[in-house]
Amino acid sequence: MRIVLAEDLALLRDGLVRLLTAYGFEVAAAVDNAPMLLDALARHRPDVAVIDVRLPPTLTDEGLRAALEARRRWPGLPVLILSQYVEQLYARELLSDGSGAVGYLLKDRIGDVDHFVEAVRRVAGGGTAMDAEVITQLLTRRGHDQPLGQLTAREREVLELMAEGLSNAAIAARLLVTDKAIGKHTNNIFAKLGLPPSDDHNRRVMAVLTYLEALPG
Amino acid sequence: MTWIRRLPAACAGLALNAATGVAAWALLALAGVCAVVSPLPGAAAARPWALGLVHRLARFHHAAAAGQPGRELSWLALHAVAGPSSLLLVALTVMSVGQIMNLRPLDNSRAQSVTLSLAMLAILAVALALVLVLQSTQTRLARVLLRPGRVRQLTESRAAVVDAQAAELRRIERDLHDGAQARLIAVRINLGLIKGADDPEQVRALAGRAWEDTGQALADLRDLVRGIHPPVLADRGLTGAVRAAALLCPIPVEVDIELASRPQAPVESALYFAAAEALTNVAKHSGATRAWVRARHAGGVLRLTVGDDGRGGADPAKGTGLSGISRRLSAFDGTLSVHSPPGGPSTLTMELPCALS
Repeated sequence: MRIVLAEDLALLRDGLVRLLTAYGFEVAAAVDNAPMLLDALARHRPDVAVIDVRLPPTLTDEGLRAALEARRRWPGLPVLILSQYVEQLYARELLSDGSGAVGYLLKDRIGDVDHFVEAVRRVAGGGTAMDAEVITQLLTRRGHDQPLGQLTAREREVLELMAEGLSNAAIAARLLVTDKAIGKHTNNIFAKLGLPPSDDHNRRVMAVLTYLEALPG
Repeated sequence: MTWIRRLPAACAGLALNAATGVAAWALLALAGVCAVVSPLPGAAAARPWALGLVHRLARFHHAAAAGQPGRELSWLALHAVAGPSSLLLVALTVMSVGQIMNLRPLDNSRAQSVTLSLAMLAILAVALALVLVLQSTQTRLARVLLRPGRVRQLTESRAAVVDAQAAELRRIERDLHDGAQARLIAVRINLGLIKGADDPEQVRALAGRAWEDTGQALADLRDLVRGIHPPVLADRGLTGAVRAAALLCPIPVEVDIELASRPQAPVESALYFAAAEALTNVAKHSGATRAWVRARHAGGVLRLTVGDDGRGGADPAKGTGLSGISRRLSAFDGTLSVHSPPGGPSTLTMELPCALS
């Protein structure tokens, strides 16, 4: 699996290259600014782009803007955005084209190597990887609403993992229960929240996030 | 008919002003006598009395006592004349009514007694209206004359800014000390133990703890950074940052910000934190079901309003939230006005003179 990486801090860039290589990825290019990123993407057409939100020259959200631009040029290009903080505003922008293959993770998560590598693979495969922090913020904000209040603690946990982009099988593995048990939980969640059931991972994430966002207060 | 409801308070206010006006005469006269008898100590003795009276009266009028004795004493002299002026109104009213009562009509026709009664009523009505006018004039006089001068305002706002900055630095120091720094020490201890450990099981457990601690240190630092200068503000300016803050608000917030370009960074930051604080207040205290933020720049002034459909009753005099916003804005010559009648809705208007870059 081929990756183009954009990260301006040399320490983190080298660390990421080493980590990804160790897990069998091929890092086609590792760049440190947004214009070079777009060039590298055009040249290498990777399976997934791993991009830091903050990049030179402006050192603001240049990386995110470049990612959005890249997805306009090459629709469906899988991008995984890394950041030291998460903003729902940015999560929305990334998800807004509805074509999936999007990840948005805190850099802290890189330390959780197995999950991080799993997230890179998932995004490359067209899936979604939303940081748990995005979901927590949404749930805290919407915590008092009636339908969410009806969920059991376990169902809420499953909902959070589902919104992160995990499949039923992956959620089952994470929570150490059977696929069947998770299937039952997800059906209950879908029923309680009035979401159309669906097996497509990406659509599940979109459904959950749209539900959490669009609910009247 | 709100003016009828205001009448009792207005009457009481006038009576108080009359009484204190007379007292001011007495004080000034006393001060004069003292000054003649023993110039320096006499004036010094009367001064605190006079200033104490001014401060108490200022509080009654909701006027900001300037803390400038010269201004305060000259207002007191004026108050000595303006305060008792209501006595004149009472005397005039009583006199005119008495005059009418004393009229001896030539023939006792019903038409005449009705006309005279109506005249008396008219006089009373005019007198009551004058009560309101006189009282509000006296209050306005106090507010205008006791208002702090420009230099004083600047000195105060600068002091508030310096205080706030010092407090902010102390908070950051404490957060770093108790948060990230402490975590890193814990990490180092665990890594030190790992260096000397032989048991693989123990090494794994210690590494796990070190791993947890670095995660927590990162989370602490992230929260701290957000409080100093939210990255989204640097990225997207006021519009994006307020929109991001609105997304975190538990009730729907409509954001309508139209600015041709970005204000200077410090101004932007002050406005952002003011708006965020206002939204926090809405979420915490208003009981509102929705809120809105609107900002426009016109005539060299950036005006940002935050409104909600909650229960109202927000008072800058109570709680630190609103006074904090006011202090933040005053550093840039900005002002906060609060319109929040009991029962709502509330509107906070922040105005800040600035140029857009």
